Amino acid sequence: MVAEKTRVLNMVQAINEALDLALARDERVLVFGEDVGRLGGVFRVTEGLQAKHGEARVFDTPLAESGILGLAIGLAMGGMRPVAEIQFAGFLYPALDQILSHLGRWRHRSRGRVGLPVVVRAPYGGGVHTPEQHADSPEALLAHAPGVKVVIPSSPERAKGLLLSAIEDPDPVFFLEAIKLYRGSRAEVPEGYYTLPLGKARVVREGKAATLIGYGGMVEVMLEAASVAAKEGVEVMVVDLETLVPLDEDTLLEAVRETGRAVVVYEAMRTGGFGAEVAARIAEGAIDHLQAPVLRVAGYDAPYPPFSAIEHLYRPNARRVLAALRRVLTH
Amino acid sequence: MKLKVVEYLSKGEFPLGEAEALSLYRAMRRARFFDEKALTLQRQGRLGVYAPFMGQEAAQVGLALALGPGDWVVPSYRESALLLARGLPIHTLILYWRAHPAGWRFPEGVRAVNPYIPIATQIPQAVGLALAGRYRGENWVVATSIGDGGTSEGDFHEGLNFAAVFGAPVVFLVQNNGYAISVPRSKQMRVDYIARRAEGYGMPGVVVDGNDVFAVYLEAKKAVERARKGEGPTLLEALTYRLAPHTTSDDPTRYRTREEEEAWRQKDPLLRLRQALEARGLWGEGEEAALLAELEEEFARELALADGAPEPRPEEIVEHVYREMGPDQRRAWEALRRGLHLEEVW
Repeated sequence: MVAEKTRVLNMVQAINEALDLALARDERVLVFGEDVGRLGGVFRVTEGLQAKHGEARVFDTPLAESGILGLAIGLAMGGMRPVAEIQFAGFLYPALDQILSHLGRWRHRSRGRVGLPVVVRAPYGGGVHTPEQHADSPEALLAHAPGVKVVIPSSPERAKGLLLSAIEDPDPVFFLEAIKLYRGSRAEVPEGYYTLPLGKARVVREGKAATLIGYGGMVEVMLEAASVAAKEGVEVMVVDLETLVPLDEDTLLEAVRETGRAVVVYEAMRTGGFGAEVAARIAEGAIDHLQAPVLRVAGYDAPYPPFSAIEHLYRPNARRVLAALRRVLTH
Repeated sequence: MKLKVVEYLSKGEFPLGEAEALSLYRAMRRARFFDEKALTLQRQGRLGVYAPFMGQEAAQVGLALALGPGDWVVPSYRESALLLARGLPIHTLILYWRAHPAGWRFPEGVRAVNPYIPIATQIPQAVGLALAGRYRGENWVVATSIGDGGTSEGDFHEGLNFAAVFGAPVVFLVQNNGYAISVPRSKQMRVDYIARRAEGYGMPGVVVDGNDVFAVYLEAKKAVERARKGEGPTLLEALTYRLAPHTTSDDPTRYRTREEEEAWRQKDPLLRLRQALEARGLWGEGEEAALLAELEEEFARELALADGAPEPRPEEIVEHVYREMGPDQRRAWEALRRGLHLEEVW
């Protein structure tokens, strides 16, 4: 249910508000990670939370990502609702053993006895000249981990409601926050507690000519491309997947069947990226409706470049999306 | 830090009351009985790959019996003795080692979680579980266990550091059996005692003769008490030896000598305790025979229960991935249930 009063917030503020509400609502909720306490997080997402909710519930951990994930798993095992922050998604890698071997397996290996309501938040993606290793988009890695959910919001309003759903969820959820949107995205955000459903994709712009599919930081890029196309008289549909796992295949396929042309946009490295999964689902479920090959607009098959003068070429932008659109429209 | 190996049996000391000593012996004998039966079942093709603990009963039973009823055990895979002593039913353990799903859900009343297969990942999780007890005001202590090889992993370090920083009520038992499968301790680390590392984390470190159940039990009790009083974690190192292979797939003759094995056989923890009990007139052939008959009967009953478990259903593969199935699990579940996976893409 969406509360009525709104005001304009950026994504940092919206997520902060969600954490604040969750901490106030459920005493099992704990917020922790590197620098999240006194400093309020390197992006200030947890600012003020320790002062308000106390050091027991909002706390700094030693600098060790595997330890943080292990701690979160154990806390959840014992009945708590941990919300762990990993400072950058590219710093998740030391914790992969905890993630791949345990986080999403406990319910399965204990045949339902041990469920883990863990939320792991991490900023991801490029576009703001972060240092090397600070702009990774590892969502495909996480989507390939069994038993976890992966959620990537595209706006402050969505972020708040989705994060509150993730915290309520009985299973582990990775919640990736596009760094570019932290302060770059501002929107009307309802006051108070509200949730938005996980596992639902949504059409954020209607159109009949082709379907653009993406999530997180790519949604605004797709919308920009769509509005440029509209000026040329071409109306394209834009789909925000929002939850990668579990994927809302019904909405995805319906959106592609309607137009017969699809472009998948993601900022991670192209090969093995989540867009490949999307393209495969389209091929399996909507090939009879396709009038053109499914194209991917993605990061190049190289590490995210730390080189500031050419960094912007890596991350898909509206021009690259438009080029792909032209190809599927003229096929 | 000066470390002295805590031991009693080798010095002819008997620091426990009769009843306590006898319950330790019974639990160790029961565990050994299970281990022997499990190896037999495995050879008969009635058990999957099995990791025996023979020789490490004192370390595991000593820890288990030092715990209170509300405490948790977070074990690694070589800890069937710990699980048995903690109250996991034998038929559940058999089904676990049969890789039957019915053996993977531990009964609610058993304060132990499934054994960990990856090395050292249980360490930071045990810390989290311990802190959860504190948040909930339940004051439970968590006992977790690892081998000497596991202490080389990063998670061991991260977990111990976290535990010390948060003052978590955890007892870390290292069963130092001298080998990480085939790699000897000398190639694993350059410290004399693993417990020495405790100082680096800021917690007490204790070394015990791991084949001396009195030493393990009494030091574990102290550590549990400290944890329960809010005085934080302890690293407890038990020097022991695995008398059997790493798993039923292993061949220890490739990395250790018969002489070494024989020397440790002389220090068999079960034998040592029995000799001490016999010397005090607390145990004899008659008691042993009666106990074995009792164990035989119990095992037969439990094995029958395990044998009676229903065949796993194909669709169990995709059950319990999430609390509620997602669309992908649902589709696979239907296909597996109806056997469609044999005919269709699914």
